[in-house]
Amino acid sequence: MKSMPLLLLIVALSGIVACGGPEKASDRTSVLNRGLGTEPESLDAHKSRSVQAAAVLRDIGEGLISYTTTGELTSGAAESWEISDDRLTYTFHLKPNAKWSNGDSVTAEHFVFSAARLRDPATAAFYAQFLGDVSTLTAADNETLLINLKRPTPYLLSLLTHPATFPMHPGSLAEYGDGFARPGKLLSNGAYVLTSWVPGSLLTLNRNMHYWNNAATAIDEIRYHVQSLVAVELSRYRVGELDITSEVPSDTFQQVKNEYGDQLHITPEQNVYYYGYNLTKEPFGDSLELRQALSMAIDRELLVEKITSRGEAPAYSWVPPGVENYEPPELSYATLSQEERNKIAQGLYKTAGYDEENPLQLELRYNTSDTHRRIALAIQSMWRDVLGFQVTLINEEFQVLLANMRDREVTQVFRSSWSGDYNDAYAFLGTLQSENAANMPGYASEEFDALLEQAAEQTDLDRRRLYLEEAERVMLADHPAIPIYFYVSKHLVKPNIAGWGDNVLDYHYSQHLSLKAAE
Amino acid sequence: MLRYALLRLLGAIPTLLLVIVLAFLMVHAAPGGPFDAERVLPSDVAANIEAAYHIDESLARQFMRYMSGLARGDMGPSYRYRDYTVAELIGSGLPLSLQIGTLAMALALLVGVSAGSVAALKQNSMLDRIVMSFAMTGISIPVFVVAPVLVLLLAVKMHVLPAGWSGTAGAAKFVLPVVTLALPQIAYIARLTRASMIDVLGSDFIRTARAQGLGTRTLIRVHALKPAMLPVLSYMGPAIAAILTGSVVVEEVFSIPGLGQFFVRGALNRDYTLVLGIVIFYATLIISLNLVVDILYATIDPRVRRR
Amino acid sequence: MKKSGGLLIVILVLAIVGPWLSPHDYLSTNFDSIFKSPNLSDGHLFGTDDLGRDLFVRSMLGVRVTLLVAIVASLVSLIIGVTYGAVAGLIGGRVDAVMMRFVDTLYALPFIFLVILLMVAFERNFLLIFVAIGAINWLDMARIVRGQTLSLRERDFVDAARLAGAGTARIIFRHIAPNLLGIVAVYLTLTIPQAILVESFLSFLGLGIQEPQTSLGALVSVGVNQIEGASWVLLIPAALLALMLMSFNFLGDALRDFFDARQAS
Repeated sequence: MKSMPLLLLIVALSGIVACGGPEKASDRTSVLNRGLGTEPESLDAHKSRSVQAAAVLRDIGEGLISYTTTGELTSGAAESWEISDDRLTYTFHLKPNAKWSNGDSVTAEHFVFSAARLRDPATAAFYAQFLGDVSTLTAADNETLLINLKRPTPYLLSLLTHPATFPMHPGSLAEYGDGFARPGKLLSNGAYVLTSWVPGSLLTLNRNMHYWNNAATAIDEIRYHVQSLVAVELSRYRVGELDITSEVPSDTFQQVKNEYGDQLHITPEQNVYYYGYNLTKEPFGDSLELRQALSMAIDRELLVEKITSRGEAPAYSWVPPGVENYEPPELSYATLSQEERNKIAQGLYKTAGYDEENPLQLELRYNTSDTHRRIALAIQSMWRDVLGFQVTLINEEFQVLLANMRDREVTQVFRSSWSGDYNDAYAFLGTLQSENAANMPGYASEEFDALLEQAAEQTDLDRRRLYLEEAERVMLADHPAIPIYFYVSKHLVKPNIAGWGDNVLDYHYSQHLSLKAAE
Repeated sequence: MLRYALLRLLGAIPTLLLVIVLAFLMVHAAPGGPFDAERVLPSDVAANIEAAYHIDESLARQFMRYMSGLARGDMGPSYRYRDYTVAELIGSGLPLSLQIGTLAMALALLVGVSAGSVAALKQNSMLDRIVMSFAMTGISIPVFVVAPVLVLLLAVKMHVLPAGWSGTAGAAKFVLPVVTLALPQIAYIARLTRASMIDVLGSDFIRTARAQGLGTRTLIRVHALKPAMLPVLSYMGPAIAAILTGSVVVEEVFSIPGLGQFFVRGALNRDYTLVLGIVIFYATLIISLNLVVDILYATIDPRVRRR
Repeated sequence: MKKSGGLLIVILVLAIVGPWLSPHDYLSTNFDSIFKSPNLSDGHLFGTDDLGRDLFVRSMLGVRVTLLVAIVASLVSLIIGVTYGAVAGLIGGRVDAVMMRFVDTLYALPFIFLVILLMVAFERNFLLIFVAIGAINWLDMARIVRGQTLSLRERDFVDAARLAGAGTARIIFRHIAPNLLGIVAVYLTLTIPQAILVESFLSFLGLGIQEPQTSLGALVSVGVNQIEGASWVLLIPAALLALMLMSFNFLGDALRDFFDARQAS
């Protein structure tokens, strides 16, 4: 009887001893511990779409084109490329020494194979339409790849940095089928190769000896720690278990800043935080005044200063600043003071048919998160103070909010955000095209669609840009959504790490990083 | 005894079926699907994916498909961890959850029974009060508060224990999760032991034994402990359930890739197969454990069998 | 018993009256006084939270909501449990055996997983969830009431009433029910803290009540990240939560001792 707990203890302890062993790397290998946030849903580049999966995939694979630490395009698996005068044909010359982690050469055929698999309905890829502007991919020979476009796509090079366009090894897929994206099976043509994966916990990558630029890779082992609670990630950074964090919590940001100011990296990101209107239903469907009033009554400066307070920029446009070859137009009232805006907003609110006796009845939906909660509460009080109505806050689980946004039945105002998949204004403006699945508000403007259509036909980049800017101007005047602020990326990086570059894409390839010798 | 065990086992089958149906209906009733995301899929892409995972079929057909898979021992692929099957995920999470749960249980029994017995022997002394107020505190603070406070003190401030799980070597990383998980159970078990020990110590046969000159130590070990353990033993069922509940929080807070964390993530992401797999697995586990406890109980107290 | 009962009453009175006496309300934000520490000068007795809202009023609101959901859940479990248990105990025999076997099997359901699934399936209807929690949580109550009924059925005074010509309904309401009151009161006071903990756990998972309404669980789960900075945002609601849980547990223990003693005499 009395020995039962002891017995349990012994059984459990023996289990620990059995599993406790091999986690310590030998002294000669250098190790970098990176916080990853949530678990990548898959390391099959065609079955994943999360930022986390993409981050790991950029370490264990390489596209034709890549990025430098500061976010400039640079050559990847392709050594050089030519663009035809009509901008419809791209010819890529692969690096002859580009190799898979099993020693095979990376050939043009592997890119063709990957693109075909991406588009095959049987693959059920999230990004199946990612190469929609590409008409054909052909391997002229082992080292030459031709890409023909349906129309000039100035952001093609940027698309080719995305993991969905990375090459795939046909032999490996034939051997393992869909279960190929696992340690020991997954072949890499990037700087690292996946060596172990504990679901929900840890992904370990090791140096890919066959990588063409292996000599330049400084750190031998990268450990990506799945850490969904930001507060825990911060604790682990503080005790030295992590060298780089994926986030910095907003509610303790000030303390972090005071304590680790020099290790904090805050960089503008191409990501807009917005509140969308459901335009297919009342009260927003045909009341431009109301849409504009609600947008104007939000004091964005106060919001970013007091609530998000991590250096975010207030948003007066849909496309974030810093997008290549683009100058976003601003909302008409961007230059007014908040008092002036409030006054106009109150007038518009009355014109729309509401006042103190007959206040607007409204529901605002946001998904569970501390930041979203605080922003919603702040905006609730701004609308109450300026316009005099009390919006009902509805906090939903993310999957529920997404379903509601898609169905457009119960939503009125909803929180969402959008980040571009590639560095181009179209990556943002395209989402509001009437046929686009990501067009959450249900915005449908013939004028806007036509302008985007015309922009797509332009071969001259400057003219294209004018069409895009005009399209955004038209859209902003319609107020289909309230852009609130542009995100910043937030990381803590230990001072002994060299090669970290802040960039708008928030891409940080492990192969660029190195550890400084202890002083 | 064998007949008793068999009967209990047979009784468990309808329960399990009920659990499966209930859980199946509930996961599918929840709004939103496993492949919804901010980056909305174009409709034909979405259709491809739904077809690939058969979630475009009617609920009845999906249920039949699931049950026939289950009958073959196949719990299907996970929708959220797309490179893994549910069986693989349970296989990877189970050892951890089991270790942490067993350790917490063992710790709770050892500390709880000892503390409760000591308190009972020194009833109304200072020691009794201290033990009992500690026990009361243990059941009055939620696990999700205890955990970060312990991490802050022992890991961040004092650097004696690791703050996280992944990539930390050795047994040290078990300490905080196990202690956090055991704490409320220590409290309950101590309270139970104390109460029943006081009862037993006051009973006639103990008084007789004491009159015969037996020492306190022998008295407890030989005579008092066994009958005093009966309420604690019958608390084992609820305790296992409580440890299970606690493990959901503890695994979440300490980022332990166990079944509890998989379940919460699965439920929030609508990973239908993973959620169902874990529910079925745990229901089976609880049923078997209750069976074991009942049989143990019947061994100690033969009256139970004839009930 | 007096102490814990008294403490509960103090908290309850404060929760009802407190917000009236405060110059602040529960929803007004103030971006210039975010995370103000507790002080008397501007009336923020418990300080302010991450939006500059008064924590005293919000804590009191939290006490109310927490108590409300706990009581609703416990009452639901009480009604189902007492009815089920009394019926099983009174009828006895084969029916009793089947009914109790059913309870045994329900014990096998992974309770917390069901609660999470319920919360996900019926999202947004906060009170309904606690009705559901109560509906799952009646098993202990049923077992205990059945046991009590079984033993009461055999007691002399029931036989006496039966001999005097009393009907079954009269026996239940006049003789059995009053004798169940004690044990039911004990288990009610012990079920309430359990329901409070479940509520706080759901809030921690982000499945709790809607802002700007709040509960102690919601306040604590938001406050957890402020351990080092604005510690009062955690400590005050956590202390209230702990005090309430302790009081209910002590009260339950004391009631149990009281009824045990009465039964023994």
